[in-house]
Amino acid sequence: MEIPLTWYLTLSAVLFSIGVMGVLFRSNLIVILMSIELMLNAVNITLVAFAQFMGDISGQILVLFVISVAAAEAAIGLAIVIAIFRNKLTVDVNDIKLFRH
Amino acid sequence: MSAEIFFIAASLVSVVASLAMLIARSPVQSALWLILVMLCVAGLYVTLHADFIAVVQVLVYAGAIMVLFLFVIMLLNLNTVPRSDRMDAKKWLGFVLFMVIMAQLVYATATTSGSLSAVAVGSPETGSALSIAQELFTRYALPFEMIGILLLVATVGAVILAKRTFE
Repeated sequence: MEIPLTWYLTLSAVLFSIGVMGVLFRSNLIVILMSIELMLNAVNITLVAFAQFMGDISGQILVLFVISVAAAEAAIGLAIVIAIFRNKLTVDVNDIKLFRH
Repeated sequence: MSAEIFFIAASLVSVVASLAMLIARSPVQSALWLILVMLCVAGLYVTLHADFIAVVQVLVYAGAIMVLFLFVIMLLNLNTVPRSDRMDAKKWLGFVLFMVIMAQLVYATATTSGSLSAVAVGSPETGSALSIAQELFTRYALPFEMIGILLLVATVGAVILAKRTFE
């Protein structure tokens, strides 16, 4: 294990921040969902790195659960996108004003 | 030494690809860049000796989830959005938040690096499918069953949400 733990944590921090920027910058709902997946990936890197450096397998089990929840989240999120598109004919968050009154 | 070179290459490609995902104009391009990020992250898991997680990452993330994204993009027939060059107040706020969050995270990892690297005891055995399965089916059996129920509920919910028509 020649690569230090700090490298993994720094890379994870950078990827997570890019995901945050994607959620805040883009107005396409699908790209926002992709940015959320990117943030989940960054967290997974942290979990696996800590699990390996501490010699504890529990972190990797947690990563499996995170991947399962991410799959469920993608399915539900995309179903919501389809439902919104069928009613509003748009996936732009600036044009969706369901709660803005 | 070769592992370090591989790590640097994979991390550079993943950061560049995620930035390209952000500024890509069509959603299909964004999805393809994100697939590249997922593959690089799988390579990083290999450098951590987490082989099983790396395989799952390629199969589930780069395979299933991204195919679902591409399928929905195809289904909705989304056009390329025109690039908005203006930086309004919302985007500036987003950029400031991005810088603040990244500075905090990098500062936190940099200041605690001395105490963290003291526990480096990783071994190749801790990432194999055997050791993961032994823990998953004994100590974490109940959460494993619950995640199955969660996936079932998510499937039913996705079908109901996509079929339903709102008034």
